[in-house]
Amino acid sequence: MRQRRDTLKNSEQELRIFRVRALLAVLVVIVLACLLVGRLGYLQIVKHDIYTTRSEKNRVRVEPLPPNRGLIYDRNGVLLAENRPTYNLTLVRERVDDLDDTLALLVELLELPEEDIEAFNVRSRQRQRPFQPALLMSDLSEEQIARLAVNRHRLPGVEVEAQLLRYYPDSNVMAHTLGYVGRINAEELQHLDAGRYAGTHFIGKTGVERFYEEELHGEAGLRKVETNARGRVLRELGRTDPVPGQNLMLTIDKSLQTLAYELMDGRRGSIVAIAPATGEILAMVSTPGFDSNQFVTGIDVASYRGLQEDLDLPLFNRSIRGHYPPGSTIKPFLALAGLAEGVITPDSTINDPGYYQLPNDSRRYRNWLRWGHGRVDLERSLAVSNNTYYYTLAHDLGIDKLDERMSGFGFGQRVAHDVQGESSGLMPSREWKRERFNQAWYPGETLSVGIGQGYWQVTPLQLASATATLANRGHWVKPRLALQIGDEPVPHDLPGTLDDIHLENDAWWDRVFSGMEKVISGSEGTARRTGVGLEYRMGGKSGTAQVFSLGQDQRYNAEELAERLRDHALFMAFAPIEDPQIAVSVIVENAGGGSTHAAHLARAMTDAWLLKDDAPEADEIREVLEEDNANVEGN
Amino acid sequence: MAWQTLTRPLRRHPVRPPDSGIARRRSIWERIHVDPWLLALLIVLMAGGLLVLYSASGQRIESVIAQAMRFGIALVVMVFLAQLSPTTFLRWAPFAYGIGVIMLLAVEIAGDIGMGAKRWLEIPGVIRFQPSEMMKLAVPLMVAAYLNQCQLPPRLRDIVVCAVIIGVPVVLTAIQPDLGTSLLVASAAVIVVLLAGLSWRLIGFVVALLSACVPLLWMNMHNYQRQRVLTFLDPESDPLGSGWNIIQSTTAIGSGGLWGKGWLDGTQSQLEFLPERHTDFIIAVLGEEFGLVGMLVLLALYLMIVGRGMWLAASSQDTFGRLFAGSIILTFFIYVFVNVGMVSGILPVVGVPLPLVSYGGTSSVTLLAGFGILMSIHAHRRLLPR
Repeated sequence: MRQRRDTLKNSEQELRIFRVRALLAVLVVIVLACLLVGRLGYLQIVKHDIYTTRSEKNRVRVEPLPPNRGLIYDRNGVLLAENRPTYNLTLVRERVDDLDDTLALLVELLELPEEDIEAFNVRSRQRQRPFQPALLMSDLSEEQIARLAVNRHRLPGVEVEAQLLRYYPDSNVMAHTLGYVGRINAEELQHLDAGRYAGTHFIGKTGVERFYEEELHGEAGLRKVETNARGRVLRELGRTDPVPGQNLMLTIDKSLQTLAYELMDGRRGSIVAIAPATGEILAMVSTPGFDSNQFVTGIDVASYRGLQEDLDLPLFNRSIRGHYPPGSTIKPFLALAGLAEGVITPDSTINDPGYYQLPNDSRRYRNWLRWGHGRVDLERSLAVSNNTYYYTLAHDLGIDKLDERMSGFGFGQRVAHDVQGESSGLMPSREWKRERFNQAWYPGETLSVGIGQGYWQVTPLQLASATATLANRGHWVKPRLALQIGDEPVPHDLPGTLDDIHLENDAWWDRVFSGMEKVISGSEGTARRTGVGLEYRMGGKSGTAQVFSLGQDQRYNAEELAERLRDHALFMAFAPIEDPQIAVSVIVENAGGGSTHAAHLARAMTDAWLLKDDAPEADEIREVLEEDNANVEGN
Repeated sequence: MAWQTLTRPLRRHPVRPPDSGIARRRSIWERIHVDPWLLALLIVLMAGGLLVLYSASGQRIESVIAQAMRFGIALVVMVFLAQLSPTTFLRWAPFAYGIGVIMLLAVEIAGDIGMGAKRWLEIPGVIRFQPSEMMKLAVPLMVAAYLNQCQLPPRLRDIVVCAVIIGVPVVLTAIQPDLGTSLLVASAAVIVVLLAGLSWRLIGFVVALLSACVPLLWMNMHNYQRQRVLTFLDPESDPLGSGWNIIQSTTAIGSGGLWGKGWLDGTQSQLEFLPERHTDFIIAVLGEEFGLVGMLVLLALYLMIVGRGMWLAASSQDTFGRLFAGSIILTFFIYVFVNVGMVSGILPVVGVPLPLVSYGGTSSVTLLAGFGILMSIHAHRRLLPR
């Protein structure tokens, strides 16, 4: 019992030690408790506001509600650009058990190439908020959606989400004029109003889609939702509905546009048709076209390179950016300038020996007909497209007056109201040449300009616009693509319209028209084959633009040149003469064989617009063209 | 000395002579050897805990019922242990300790692997058991029993023996690895030695030694353990990964403010932003829904339990009872401090549940078993010879 004795002996001391230690322990407990209370007070009182904000941020998610993009119709209400529901494949990493297995299964189910696993990997591993879906793939096919639905139980965390995507039903026909939308890129993002574009992934990149971006886009709405930590939306706390973009009605006539596209038959070139009275662009086609829908979801590298490296430049909008020497198509405008400046009269004539010579210069500026047209007056100069007449006219007019008068018709400047990316073409002048080449202007250059060659370059849209102004007897109306924005019609008298062209004698217009009519309907007319069976009065002017400039006294044979070095065929026309309803410019690149090809196309366009259902179909025109080409070659 | 003056009031309540108890009519509580104050406080705490648990479990009444049943079992264990005399515990201490060490070894050899750590011992279909949990009681019991037969304050030889008694199970638990539990087992046992009167010089020496061991400890840590420490030092460094827990729990507590968002209205808790919200992080639910007021009430409740427990320990008649009871009650507070400290972001995240509030059965049973022994020590004092 030694142990007990010890205990007895020391019990007082042991009790004392214990009580001191216990008291100290209680003090420590109190200190630690105070520490906790202090910490809690700091969190819950001092920092309460910060943590409240944090907790709200956790709970409340502001989701943008992107507006639906306005639809685009043609002048008859045919849909040109719509929004179609498409399905995207998304993945929430936090809900996926085994990412590698899931991705492999997806590739197998969707029948994708093995390489896509890598792309999926990259996309699924992008760092983002937990439980936020990552976009793996857009625009799933019906079959892919079905396969995913069947295997849903094997794919936790994988979702198919609906999204509206722009779709162009006739993408090839409308590609250049309508343009397309594409994903907003980093550069665009910097200039965009982040609020307006919240939740929007697409923006107009070219054409009407770009020009009317503001109107088509609309206003983004937003909704505040309460979400749990898994990102699941539990309830809506409040919302502002988005304002959808305005619908757009274009001046384009879908059937005329389609006809123009079919008439081109895959050749390089452009057709532009304008209603002279209103400036409404009825058709504007640049060929070859391309499938603009490819650009909406993002075109793959190989296809894009294919389009870019295509010698035919399908992505190039020839109608508004193609620079062509106008050739003889500008002769009616020069005739008007000559009349206005008193250089010629409607009845004054010249004698054409087949060439023109400047005073004190041995160089001969040749007519296209080597032996000359003999006596030529205004109307005949147009009908036979005599060069000598216009060499004389241009020389007498001088470059300064010529430049001034042609600028009045819109050459060398942007003419349209709402055409995105329009080029100004090139109207040469003394000042321009000094600035560009630091050289004086030579009289010989004026002669080249007089027959639409030399430095002068026009766009198909400019040519059509000038033709419309001519058909209007000098009254300018700005060409435009928008007929109606939302419910508001676009007015005819747009700001920045050029001044009307006035002639001393209104009858002079009729003389020029008469000359243009003879081009088609006259016995000597350069496009007389086109005038066969014409049911209305049509004025036009042919033109040939040299791609390859020829040296002095050199003749050439179109067949000897490679196809791409052949002349461009041009034609401008309007009809009917007494009440013009349509003005057309046609450019067929490297068509060679004079301007007949282009003239036929112009006639087909006016036929279609004026005769409606009675007009010949595109196939019939093609047959005529083939026959005609055979004849030309036979000659 | 000042502390002597302070301790004096305690002595004014001398232990009642054994015969006076016989003369006085014993109350029902004395007959069933249960301290009514402590029991009342524990029941209030458990009831409050169930209320919070209902909210924290996503309003699943099944969880609350399951927890209540565990509490019931734990209370039965407590009352049962309170009936045994302290000498029984004194006698059984070496056996409990021995069996515990053997089981820890068994875990090391054949333990179930969960969470990268072997913690469970399983006889399939019969029982799943965590021996380290039992050691939370067995080790301090063993140390108290050993020191009970020594002359106090302990001599160096006794301290070395104690260090071995503590060291073996602590190391075995630590290598499972379950650092949290091993530290709690160690602290429960060390508290016994401290209460026994370990000299201040030795305490200073050990503290210095331990500080020196910190780098060594760091090097032997598992990656997830290091991550926890790093995250504690700067939770924002990995806000979506391991920092997520602590950011969400401080946000929950902080956004609660003074009065809280209201029961079942805590967005952090109800919308599942708060991880482990019904287990280790349950206090954040309380903080969010009941605010600082709720937290202070809970802390007050814990402090009252600690106060009552310390009172019972201090009024114990023998060294064994005093040391063990003191250790039980101080360890209980350590649980509270570590849990609240970790959830509120002043301590690293270690897996320590909030006593009698966090969902889970094992820890509740261990805790109430401890309180049962405490009540036994208190209630059976008259039966011990003076």
